[in-house]
Amino acid sequence: MAESILSVEALTVSFSGFTVLDNLDFSLEQGELRFIIGPNGAGKTTLLDLITGKTKPDSGNIFFNGGTDLTKRQEHDLVRLGIGRKFQTPSVFTSLTVYENLEVSIGFRTRLGGLFRSAGKEDAEWIQRTLEQVRLAERSDVPAGELSHGEKQWLEIGMLLAQEPKLLLLDEPVAGMTHRERMLTGELLQTIGQDRTVVVVEHDMGFVRQFAQKVTVLHQGKVLSEGSIEIVASDQKVIRAYLGRSRTLQGGESNSRLDRQTASAGSTQGGAHNGL
Amino acid sequence: MKLGRRIQLPLIASQVMATWGPLLVIAVLLLLAPLLVSEFRLGLLGKFLTFAILALSLNLIWGYGGMLSLGHGVFFGLGGYAMAMFLKLEAAGGKLPDFMFWSGLERLPLFWWPFKYAWIAFPLTFVVPAVLGGALGYLVFRSRITGVYFALITQALALMVSILFVGQQPYTGGTNGITNYSTIMGFSVFSQGTQLALYYISVGTLVGIYLILQFALASRFGRLLVAMRDDENRVRFMGYNPVVLKTLVFTVSCGIAGVAGALFVPQVGIISPSNMGILPSIEVAVWVAVGGRGTLWGPVIGAILVNSAKTTLSESFPLFWQFFLGGLFIGSVLIFPTGIVGFLRGDAKQFVRKISLSRARALLQSGARGVFK
Repeated sequence: MAESILSVEALTVSFSGFTVLDNLDFSLEQGELRFIIGPNGAGKTTLLDLITGKTKPDSGNIFFNGGTDLTKRQEHDLVRLGIGRKFQTPSVFTSLTVYENLEVSIGFRTRLGGLFRSAGKEDAEWIQRTLEQVRLAERSDVPAGELSHGEKQWLEIGMLLAQEPKLLLLDEPVAGMTHRERMLTGELLQTIGQDRTVVVVEHDMGFVRQFAQKVTVLHQGKVLSEGSIEIVASDQKVIRAYLGRSRTLQGGESNSRLDRQTASAGSTQGGAHNGL
Repeated sequence: MKLGRRIQLPLIASQVMATWGPLLVIAVLLLLAPLLVSEFRLGLLGKFLTFAILALSLNLIWGYGGMLSLGHGVFFGLGGYAMAMFLKLEAAGGKLPDFMFWSGLERLPLFWWPFKYAWIAFPLTFVVPAVLGGALGYLVFRSRITGVYFALITQALALMVSILFVGQQPYTGGTNGITNYSTIMGFSVFSQGTQLALYYISVGTLVGIYLILQFALASRFGRLLVAMRDDENRVRFMGYNPVVLKTLVFTVSCGIAGVAGALFVPQVGIISPSNMGILPSIEVAVWVAVGGRGTLWGPVIGAILVNSAKTTLSESFPLFWQFFLGGLFIGSVLIFPTGIVGFLRGDAKQFVRKISLSRARALLQSGARGVFK
């Protein structure tokens, strides 16, 4: 069994009386590519907020790489430990060029005084490599504000790679992308995932089906189900959670919202006629 | 690649001109000014140069860092007071300064002692505002207060400090401020030679600070500062601590504002709380906005032009000036977010296309939001 890189223990957090994460236990093994899914309000983004230090828990701990407790640290500190995060909306520096965006992101290891000198040869080479990896080599001198939505997402992933994260957290990386961009992003994630642990929060079931190895379903702040996509998708608890009411589904999966999302995400309209 | 090179040469030349041209033109004009204008006008220009330095300091944090300070008059004032205290002690010649005597003080307050010596007082014109600004900045930035809330806090600071200085008459000279200097390091303050020397020192300081900022902003540090303006959260999640960066830049900016104040005092002959209240602090923002924030030479032009207009207009229509100032600010925010520099660069065309009634509202909203960014 591989070593655990992240273990979340009895994590609870509530916002003005509403419990978002409820005594959550969750762990990740070194090097895996994990997808987290769940209905709206399940606590997916909140979980990422807690891992990256943006929110502090009411109780519970998050241990990283065998011992460091993440709940006691500040955001920029956690990045230096090796935890990278991509936000739901693409956040790049719109007035800087693509190149400059990467240049700023690689500079965080430099001491403050070093930032007044130009970047070293190694950094320049790294930027060039990353530009090619995220398919933006041609767009290097374009202000990031002028990139398409998909290109911005890729740029942000490239900026995250500068951190050489051991754990990379991606919040809906393919939202709003075209089918082709989705496929390219999926491939990019698989390449990136070869040397690090990657967590992807995703709504797009088509994307999940295509690229997920292991899926965790969150529901009402708890882990509802975990395993391969086939196991999770046939889990009665999961189907009920997505339907939002308890009824047994004799008619098979095609009635579940889970599957409708799959169908519509695959840009076929077939699934949409089913259901209510 | 013969063709490529022929095209590139003028390109490089134009890039060099874009970087150095404005500074060169400004510097040559300023150096020649003593030959061209009357002594009275030169005195005014010297004063405007200190305002230009102040505008540069605000532009650093607002134009590049996205932090609008509406209290930069305070840091200008603190530098000015530090210089005024030194001049006052020199004028008193070892005795108690006159206003302290009138207020019933018998001995020089302890915090006035360092200002007896030029070698302490001059650095303090930078250090005192820098330390106060740094401390305030650290507390504010640590609490992640940004945008309009930051502007409001700095505005409150301007009100607070000016009231404090009015109230502490025995120590600060109260409403009248500190005036009646005689000599500066042995030279008569108001002689023509001293004033000319002070004018050249102001030009030198302006050019020096301009060059330092140009170097710093062209570096990776400058791009990081702009990145922070665009998306502070992303910078934080990239492993930088924005609190440290913002505090550092704000500290330097406050120090530069103090140096501007220190150069202002011997040329004008007085510093008083009216130089550091809310109105003078807001005026600084107007100079920067009119000149073009986020460009280096814009604020310099803005400070000199707006103040020249102020002098001319308030000579002929004293009541009209305030309206003009207000109009200028609204106009520069709505019509020319990039100021005079933007106008010269040709952003005007964009505006003409934009100006239709349906778009006016959106423009108004985006303009108003942009001010605090």
